[in-house]
Amino acid sequence: MQASLANVVKASGDNEDVHFADTVRGGDWGADQEVVRMFVDTAPKAARELAAWGVPWSRVAKGDHETVINGQKAIITERDEAHGLIAQRNFGGTSKWRACYVSDGTGHAMLYAVSDQTIAANIPVHERVEALALLHDGGRCFGAIVRDLVSGLVSAYVAKATVIATGGAGRLYRVTTNAVICEGIGAAIALETGLAPLSNMEAIQFHPTALFPSGILITEGCRGDGGLLRDVNAHRFMPDYEPEKELASRDVVSRRMLDHIASGKGVMSRLGEHLWLDITLLGRAHIEKDLREVQEICRHFLDIDASKDLIPVLPAQHYTMGGVRTRPSGESPGLAGLFAVGEAACWDIHGFNRLGGNSVAETVVAGMIVGEAIADFCDHSQSDITISTGLTHDFLAREEAKIDALLAGTATEDANALRIRMQEIMTEGVGIFRTGANLSAAVEELQTLLKRSRNIGVRTKSRGANPELVTAYRTQKMLKLALCVACGALARTESRGAHFRDDFPRRNDASWLKRTLSIWKSEGDTLPTLDYEPLDVMRMELPPGWRGYGAKDNIAHPDTARRLSEIEVVRKQHATADRFAVQAAVMPYTHLLPERLRGRNQRIEESV
Amino acid sequence: MKAAAGRRLTIIVLRYNPREPECAPHMQSYTIEEADGMTLYIALNEIHERQDPSLQFDFVCRAGVCGCCGMVINGRPGLACRTLTKNLRPEITLAPLPGFELIADLSVDTGKWMRAMSERLHTWIHARDDEPDLTRIEERMEPELAERIYELDRCIECGCCVAACGTALMRKDFVGAVGLNKIARFRLDPRDCRSDEDYYELIGDDTGVFGCRSLLGCHDVCPKNLPLQTQIAFMRRRMALVGIKPSAKMGRHK
Repeated sequence: MQASLANVVKASGDNEDVHFADTVRGGDWGADQEVVRMFVDTAPKAARELAAWGVPWSRVAKGDHETVINGQKAIITERDEAHGLIAQRNFGGTSKWRACYVSDGTGHAMLYAVSDQTIAANIPVHERVEALALLHDGGRCFGAIVRDLVSGLVSAYVAKATVIATGGAGRLYRVTTNAVICEGIGAAIALETGLAPLSNMEAIQFHPTALFPSGILITEGCRGDGGLLRDVNAHRFMPDYEPEKELASRDVVSRRMLDHIASGKGVMSRLGEHLWLDITLLGRAHIEKDLREVQEICRHFLDIDASKDLIPVLPAQHYTMGGVRTRPSGESPGLAGLFAVGEAACWDIHGFNRLGGNSVAETVVAGMIVGEAIADFCDHSQSDITISTGLTHDFLAREEAKIDALLAGTATEDANALRIRMQEIMTEGVGIFRTGANLSAAVEELQTLLKRSRNIGVRTKSRGANPELVTAYRTQKMLKLALCVACGALARTESRGAHFRDDFPRRNDASWLKRTLSIWKSEGDTLPTLDYEPLDVMRMELPPGWRGYGAKDNIAHPDTARRLSEIEVVRKQHATADRFAVQAAVMPYTHLLPERLRGRNQRIEESV
Repeated sequence: MKAAAGRRLTIIVLRYNPREPECAPHMQSYTIEEADGMTLYIALNEIHERQDPSLQFDFVCRAGVCGCCGMVINGRPGLACRTLTKNLRPEITLAPLPGFELIADLSVDTGKWMRAMSERLHTWIHARDDEPDLTRIEERMEPELAERIYELDRCIECGCCVAACGTALMRKDFVGAVGLNKIARFRLDPRDCRSDEDYYELIGDDTGVFGCRSLLGCHDVCPKNLPLQTQIAFMRRRMALVGIKPSAKMGRHK
């Protein structure tokens, strides 16, 4: 989890400003910079709140430690005053060691600590219940129509505020690190309102080190701790391409890996080509302490020992930067009372490429900021709702009719076959390298699949627990999302972050410094309607430039030079002021934070 | 050991949906071709996609970290997602985990059980300070202690230990190794201000640590290799001391 606590010596000098710049560069200037500021300011508070809730963060031990940096053994001496504080490790695309961690089970430990608090606060959790549609009228969301996955009962939840926190849509792709349930259904039901836009759905991240061939994630901590990528000749190839080597941002490393395979240096296997991840140089003791999940995965899934053997890896779909477009408060700009957080949302701190460790950080930070906004929203008398039972019944009847149609038995399309074909199209045509021709073909075939999905038949007729029925209605929704990704990618005739067009390899700020909005206007449509939300360079704290890795030949935005000189003037005016005053003069953001989260973060090197 | 090419697997599943009681519990066999690197996750999905879409089972992460796919594999509780078929004989019998409410076929409701256990044992940090100042540098902790806590924090609540427990199968109110391990985890954590007397109130009877009959099936099957045997033995000793001298100040200093 990225949080600029600056406890380890390799994090010395880290703060919100550095985290901000890394995140904006990592996202290739697609992010909402005000929201990035809110995020980086709150991340240290989130790490500390989690510590108070019991997360057993790995801690700094004072004194000498042997480590591996750039393939060489090195000694790092941790400061006495940092002893016992939360430790940080290196991750890609960051200029300081900033990833707070719990061995390599960080997400697990965070999840359980938050879950413990949920139980302590006596918050009910309705497991195995999924939303099928959002209840809404007159631009206001009133809750959701839900289905109990065990009994099959369809019912309505009526609510002042409704939050989508359903994660990413990795299962649009054939090979993904995502869990089986990451089908993007939360984003899809927002899309189906025809009011709540999704944004930047074409921004899909591919993680460099997914286990080959299953796609199981091997943590970036491997490379952060000194692991190397090697080719068929055991040659370490990343230094041939990038100054940041294995630790350039994920989009850059994934492209370099595929380029290297295309140059004939991949490792051939019966199931296709891959490359190697080498963590043997880190030593067994380090692996079994800080990379134990990696060791477990290697042992259980491949029967290999990662402290002696090379790990077969290939980039795979990993993260959905896009999602339900929200304001800084987390609320949808198109549907009042609807909020979204985490990977399901496009709050927009990641732009077109997310940095490792910024996603777990976003989940907790958004919980703090958006959670506060939702509580305020619910308290406000203007948020009171009146909803007719007739309207609720109409929505309920509509969803029940859809299920009846699937179970009726006349239709013959096979949902599994449609889904597998969709995943193949997405992997082949809307993957790491994209071209206009391939994207056009993908859009066309996905449209055909969407039409066919209206005739899915379900063989198992049970209205109760029925996994085949679930696959059927989810596949219909997933095809709409897949079309948002493919259409957005086809329209965006530039390369930015993880969206790479072979036919338009340059980042084009002059034409494309804008967020793609997808709206599904009518149920009968077979394509989303695209719109765009421009990013205002004149309000940016960090105007577009070179990321520090990857391509340098960007097409500049006409406002960039003007904004840069404007910022220069402000900096000169505040030559004697501290960094907070300078920042506030360039791009104020603290007014967007809840009051209780506005304090300055203390560090060893920085008192409050 | 390399699997012989083209091995045919017979997967026999105990099938029953309590919501469709007209169909009695029965064993159903499926035959599939074994593939390279095949896990039970891959095998069951293949059956689901190509042979029987009605078959019910749960997978979420398919990487051995979420704990959703616990089932009885050839008589032994384990995680299906990371069980390689090549390590099993060609006839594989699968059954749902006992001890939990059956949803259907291989799917059980571990969530409901775990939530009830957590509510009963108060498995969360009981902090001294309810509202810590989040801008301040965090409380320090010895690095080795953080590692010892994480060692116990790795539990994924898969339910294998409950399914393998003689006591848990006989009495529904037993908190299982998962519950006892959680208490051991919070007892170790200096951020939790509860004393041994407090823990005694939670686990000092035969629904808790004194219900364990030391069969230790839990320890044998735990997919995360949690040190359940030593933790249960240690907690039993601590709780016995509180029980013997109820008036003595047995709370450890935190």
